[in-house]
Amino acid sequence: MTVAQYVKTQGRDAAIWYGGLGLLTMRVARNLALPPAYLWIVAREIDTIGVRSLVVALTAALFTGMVLALQSAVNMARFGAENYVGPVVALSILRELGPVLTAILVGGKVASGITAELGSMKVTEQIDALRAIGVNYIKRLIVPRLLAALLVFPIVTVLADGVGLVGGMLISVFDRNVDSYLYWNTIAYWVVLKDFLTGVGKSVAFGAIVTLIGCYNGLATEGGTEGLGRSTTATVVQVAMGVIVSDFFLTKLFLFLFW
Amino acid sequence: MPPPFVELQDVWKSFDANQVLRGISLTLGKGTTLAVMGGSGAGKTVLLRIVAGLIRPDAGAVSLFGARIERMREEAMLALRRRTGFVFQSAALFDSLSVFENVAFPLREHTGMSLGEITDRVHRFLSLVGLPGTDSLLPAELSGGMRKRVGIARALVMEPEVVFFDEPTAGLDPTNARLVAELIAELRTGVCDTAIVVTHDIDFANMIADRMAILHHGRVAGTGTPDEIQHSANEDVRKFLAGELRGA
Repeated sequence: MTVAQYVKTQGRDAAIWYGGLGLLTMRVARNLALPPAYLWIVAREIDTIGVRSLVVALTAALFTGMVLALQSAVNMARFGAENYVGPVVALSILRELGPVLTAILVGGKVASGITAELGSMKVTEQIDALRAIGVNYIKRLIVPRLLAALLVFPIVTVLADGVGLVGGMLISVFDRNVDSYLYWNTIAYWVVLKDFLTGVGKSVAFGAIVTLIGCYNGLATEGGTEGLGRSTTATVVQVAMGVIVSDFFLTKLFLFLFW
Repeated sequence: MPPPFVELQDVWKSFDANQVLRGISLTLGKGTTLAVMGGSGAGKTVLLRIVAGLIRPDAGAVSLFGARIERMREEAMLALRRRTGFVFQSAALFDSLSVFENVAFPLREHTGMSLGEITDRVHRFLSLVGLPGTDSLLPAELSGGMRKRVGIARALVMEPEVVFFDEPTAGLDPTNARLVAELIAELRTGVCDTAIVVTHDIDFANMIADRMAILHHGRVAGTGTPDEIQHSANEDVRKFLAGELRGA
């Protein structure tokens, strides 16, 4: 295959993927208000997406806060600013690391699970069976997952933010001998509400992106179990890329709107 | 005069470079069982999926219960599909649900029946397909013939006006194939008297069909009653009946 053919093939595949994802998003939006509500499935998905992902998200947040405090304190000590570790840790976690790391970790886990489940249903004709029975599969399979993610991602992010700040405090106080009152007081002084809210806002967008990627790759699965493996792997990569790339644009948007 | 349940006019369908259907026209009226036959790759399953609205044709008109469906939105198709049943070749049972839950699924989705009413209806249809007492079994615990019969029970439990069967006897041992054939023949006198049955099994088709259509290379090579097909002068039909017609 020549370079030109490779570029052409990749370009066509990318256009199909983005186009398909866009069409799925429109169909989901069109189906949001249609009955039935399937609230019991939303509740089940909240458990799957949120409760069962808490340990992963909070463990990562704790150690991220700790390593951030450690790196910041060591380097800020070189010019006598060690007492300001708190705001540095807080701004980094609340505005960026909390929502992004949570979305990548929880999103990768959740979206690959969604892809595996829907992809398996697709290759065994269970989605066609739903359609043949007269069930709106978008409403039954996709909408509840999206609603659950829109609710759960901000909640998990807020919890991860809190645990990350505590991690930063543990290092500041016990390793760097920074007074804990000073740690929290400098955070309270320098960090404002919009720092927190822009992070939460990002997590809502990440929840939607992650879930839609997982669902689309599941529904687009072809080629039996081998195809299912490819879809699941692609989801993990695309979720990470989707979160990182959209984070840049969301940051620009929020700075434009609120700064 | 009521419109036919199913009507196809000059239907074409291809997948990439593979032209599967080339101008199919067929009609199915109430009270008729149509057997669609042909070799592997003749386009039988694609035809059935187009009729059920599961895939769209590239060209041509498809009507179901008098409504044009070839460009109908998925959401609008749902109400029509609730009037039909579809039996998949692979059975396509929901693998995380028990036999009872699989058969009860359409009732839970589309009716306001109480648990008692659902239980009675599910047990009636499981008995009809010869599987009483299998409520709690999972699809993975069933044989191929049992899975097929649960799939038939699920397709019939809403008492549809027309049922689409995709190779209902394929992959079954002779005993199970006969059981399924007898079951489909029995349905005509009770639950549902209108059906399209895709099959390559001539004896089975003779047992259940009022009309037959032979597909070859995406076209209808011949159509008529079993007797007319048996005495057809069409060369492709005669070769198919003699087992000499090569598929795609």
